[in-house]
Amino acid sequence: MNVRGMWAIYTFEMSRTKRTITQSVVSPVLSTVLYFVVFGGAIGSRIESVGGISYGAFIVPGLIMLSIMTQSLSNASFGIYFPRFSGTIYEVLSSPMSFWEATVGYVGAAATKSLLIGLITLATAGFFVPIQIAHPFWMLAFLILTTITFSLFGFLIGIWADGFEKLQLIPLLVVTPMVFLGGAFYSIDMLPSAWQTVTMFNPVVYLISGFRWSFYEISDVSVGISLLMVMLFMGICLALIAWIFKTGYRLKQ
Amino acid sequence: MIEITNLGKQYASGFVALNNINLSVKKGEILALLGPNGAGKTTLISTICGIVNPTSGSVTVGGFDIIKNYRQTRSLIGLVPQELTTDAFETPWNNLTFSRGLFGLPRNPQVVEKVLKDLSLWDKKDDRIMTLSGGMKRRLLIAKALVHEPQVLFLDEPTAGVDVTLRQDMWRMVDELRNQGVTIVLTTHYIEEAEAIADRIGVISGGKLLLVEDKQLLMSRMGQKQLKVELMECLDTMPTVLAEQGFCLAEDSLSIVYHYDKDAPEVDIAGLLQSVSSAGLGVKDIHTQKSSLEEIFVDLVEDAA
Repeated sequence: MNVRGMWAIYTFEMSRTKRTITQSVVSPVLSTVLYFVVFGGAIGSRIESVGGISYGAFIVPGLIMLSIMTQSLSNASFGIYFPRFSGTIYEVLSSPMSFWEATVGYVGAAATKSLLIGLITLATAGFFVPIQIAHPFWMLAFLILTTITFSLFGFLIGIWADGFEKLQLIPLLVVTPMVFLGGAFYSIDMLPSAWQTVTMFNPVVYLISGFRWSFYEISDVSVGISLLMVMLFMGICLALIAWIFKTGYRLKQ
Repeated sequence: MIEITNLGKQYASGFVALNNINLSVKKGEILALLGPNGAGKTTLISTICGIVNPTSGSVTVGGFDIIKNYRQTRSLIGLVPQELTTDAFETPWNNLTFSRGLFGLPRNPQVVEKVLKDLSLWDKKDDRIMTLSGGMKRRLLIAKALVHEPQVLFLDEPTAGVDVTLRQDMWRMVDELRNQGVTIVLTTHYIEEAEAIADRIGVISGGKLLLVEDKQLLMSRMGQKQLKVELMECLDTMPTVLAEQGFCLAEDSLSIVYHYDKDAPEVDIAGLLQSVSSAGLGVKDIHTQKSSLEEIFVDLVEDAA
């Protein structure tokens, strides 16, 4: 196994993050914190509490999920798309690394970055709304599993995209609506029952629900199912990546 | 060092880029692959390096199969691509450290320093790559290929768009690497380049390897000489005596030309000149010239087409 090679890609990607710290860390944290200020501080006090939790605190897990999902996607997709676009990918392809090793490097770095964003956002949220974390271990587990899964998903998008537009297409048109409608701002039982059924087809519901459970022990679906769904989603991403690597799709001619 | 057997590549579009290539490259030699644009030179190199999947045939490098034992073969190979594909925001120092890491080698500041100095990039080591000139980027790509100490170096059109000084520096570098025992395969469409540095020359056109031959042998085998006699006055019609001997009139009517094989024993230059003067023609100047690799190349490619 080429551990040094994986480390080289990982540190290369992390130094890209460091170089663009404002854009890659400060700005996503700030934009999420703005939600806390508006919904938690300003409007939140006029909204009923959900399941005994003040609205400001209720939306924190969902917003962190929103932030780490979009960040994982954009970071991982850009991380692999840009070398393809600029041509520097030749070096990785011609190096003694397996595809899996390269994936670990790229996806690991993207996941690390969004995990950092998630933790900073969480710490910042504590200044604006009262937060308690009932199950810190599961909170971290959901956070890490989600960053890895969405980084894998982003990696797939970065390989599939053949232009900057496609790179944005899935994050903007599919994932953002799924997260907004996935219970980031409300509990599923607040919806009319027909919509509740529709919502159950949205995989993001399970992630947000499980993550929120680790904070307040309230959830829309049972935690076991949430965990299962994260694993399933990760499994699908891994299977797709395995197929890409077997065929060389969009990477090799 | 490199054994290519029945290698073929057909792209998804149906285009056949490589057609049954067989080639063997010896350790420590410099092989120049010559061919027009789109001949398959880059596809051939990319296949050996693992960037393009072959559709048929096999390649071994250092006795290892490029697909089954890709880690071994790729560790042996350094690749300098044709396009100037560099990271824009990184520094040469970090970029070379990255390249070494990709190839699974431990950090070694001495090697990075030596490579940067060898390629006159030392004073730029902490600058952003985007601020480097084209020639410097080209040298950086070479540095990246050399920093993991390869035994085989592929140079894909290393001197395309490079000025004369840099080109000569590059040739000198290739010579030094050869002295260190590095096997070098370079592609070019500058024939003078192949003529200047290669030990053997392969000609590719339309995905086919038309020939591979020792440079000297190729030039002497295919090489023709011509004797050109410049005349004092314009010649309207060729004297029959001279035409029978094989002379032909040049287009400007101011000289007559005789083609011959330089190794042919029966060529009698003195006799030919004698015939010219006995035909009553005033000779202004005479010169002989050997056909260059360029002419050989054009002949070959035209024959194949």
